[in-house]
Amino acid sequence: MSSLLRTPLYDWHVAHHGRMVEFGGWEMPVQYTSIVDEHHAVRKAAGLFDISHMGRFSCLAPEAAEVIERLVTCSVATMKPGQIRYGLVCRDDGGILDDVLVYNIPSPLQGKSEFGLVVNAGNRTKIWDWIQTRAPGPWTDVSANKPMIALQGPKAVELVRQLPFNFYSGPCQLPAELGYYRNGIWFREKRYGHIVSVSRTGYTGEDGFEFICGEETVKILWDHLIELGAQPCGLGARDTLRLEAAMPLYGHELSETIDPLTAGLDFAVKLDKADFIGKQALVEIATKSDRRVRVGLKLAGRRIAREGSTVHLADQQIGEVTSGTFSPTLEQAISMAYVAPAMAAVGTAVKVDIRGKREAATVVPLPFYQRAK
Amino acid sequence: MSAPEGLKYSKTHEWVAITGDKARVGITDFAVQLLSDLVYVDLPKVGQSITQSQPFGEIESVKHVSDLYAPVAGTVTAVNTELPNQLELLNQSPFEKGWMIEVQLTQPADLSGLLDADAYTAHCATEGH
Repeated sequence: MSSLLRTPLYDWHVAHHGRMVEFGGWEMPVQYTSIVDEHHAVRKAAGLFDISHMGRFSCLAPEAAEVIERLVTCSVATMKPGQIRYGLVCRDDGGILDDVLVYNIPSPLQGKSEFGLVVNAGNRTKIWDWIQTRAPGPWTDVSANKPMIALQGPKAVELVRQLPFNFYSGPCQLPAELGYYRNGIWFREKRYGHIVSVSRTGYTGEDGFEFICGEETVKILWDHLIELGAQPCGLGARDTLRLEAAMPLYGHELSETIDPLTAGLDFAVKLDKADFIGKQALVEIATKSDRRVRVGLKLAGRRIAREGSTVHLADQQIGEVTSGTFSPTLEQAISMAYVAPAMAAVGTAVKVDIRGKREAATVVPLPFYQRAK
Repeated sequence: MSAPEGLKYSKTHEWVAITGDKARVGITDFAVQLLSDLVYVDLPKVGQSITQSQPFGEIESVKHVSDLYAPVAGTVTAVNTELPNQLELLNQSPFEKGWMIEVQLTQPADLSGLLDADAYTAHCATEGH
């Protein structure tokens, strides 16, 4: 695995029995103890993930908002400093190139407008090439020298309150006070010598924070959060957590042959905003009533219907599974699938073909899991 | 990982305990650790015949589903019926309480292709962990 990229926390992962696997060109821990154990740590307390494999682009320019407005489906011009939005980067035909988070970064450099884009590891090169031709601007790829970690779980806020930050540039004085989908920048001379970008975001269905900072700072921050009681978690738990929360994953629910409306991501598509790549196609797609629907499936038995399993109603194939796992919270096999609209009603009893055997399943509402607020 | 002496092992991580012309079959500690987070096991029924190196069942974890490969050929004479409902037996006791099937051997000679404990341990080291 020598050609794979490694994060600054690689040595820590190996020293703590992280099982290293290839993911999006990176060598990442899939688990330290067990996926189920780490999953429960996030649902019940606080888990810590190295997500430095995510691609991070920065756009520092007065026209940054206009540049990104053309690139993504969500509205950017209306974002205030410190705000974050989820959006899709689409092709002209509406096919999804990636799902991204757009950060309006409250820059400590007075008067400078800085935006950030967090993209999927496996799409980093593709999106980088795309923006060079379709949304050119003063972009920088900071993925390699700005690692990223995520602290997720009901106890995350309690842990973040104990971090020793002094100075800030953002919507609030302390990172623990950040509202949902807000970000700011914190720094302190001694323990965190460098700048740390903190956001109230995540990919688990729990409350939590994500941090972007320098290589030395991330090691100190990671150790400190572990010391405060966060449990290290791998990409295995990240997948079971996001699946329970029905968050789509690129390469599964999202691809260049699926548009955001079919994917059920209407909330992130602003057809009434200024022109953006794919808008015309999406306006047309929005009028169609025969679009497939992304649904949840609960399996009657314990066998898991994974990506590629076909979904059947009587003698007819009505759809296909995009992701499946065993839900540690619900203790049963769950899947997400795209099915024909007429068969997408909650409660519909279907069969799923798992390695040649038909298993019973029921269409259920998404998400499978929602935290108590 | 552990690999008790006296058992025979396949490269696909099944173990065999042989007593006369009968064999008991399960999967190794190494396999259980590698699979991690088990959710489901499907075992054959008594009377079913199994063929060496062919699947006799499947085992599924949160991350993967894998075939169970028969290390020997024979007829199934007993099945650990507690196992599907108590998968933790595989974590606690893969070589004893976590056994899967008992087989009446039909081709005793085919044991020669299996590994002893030392050779199996060396084989696991090459697969990494």
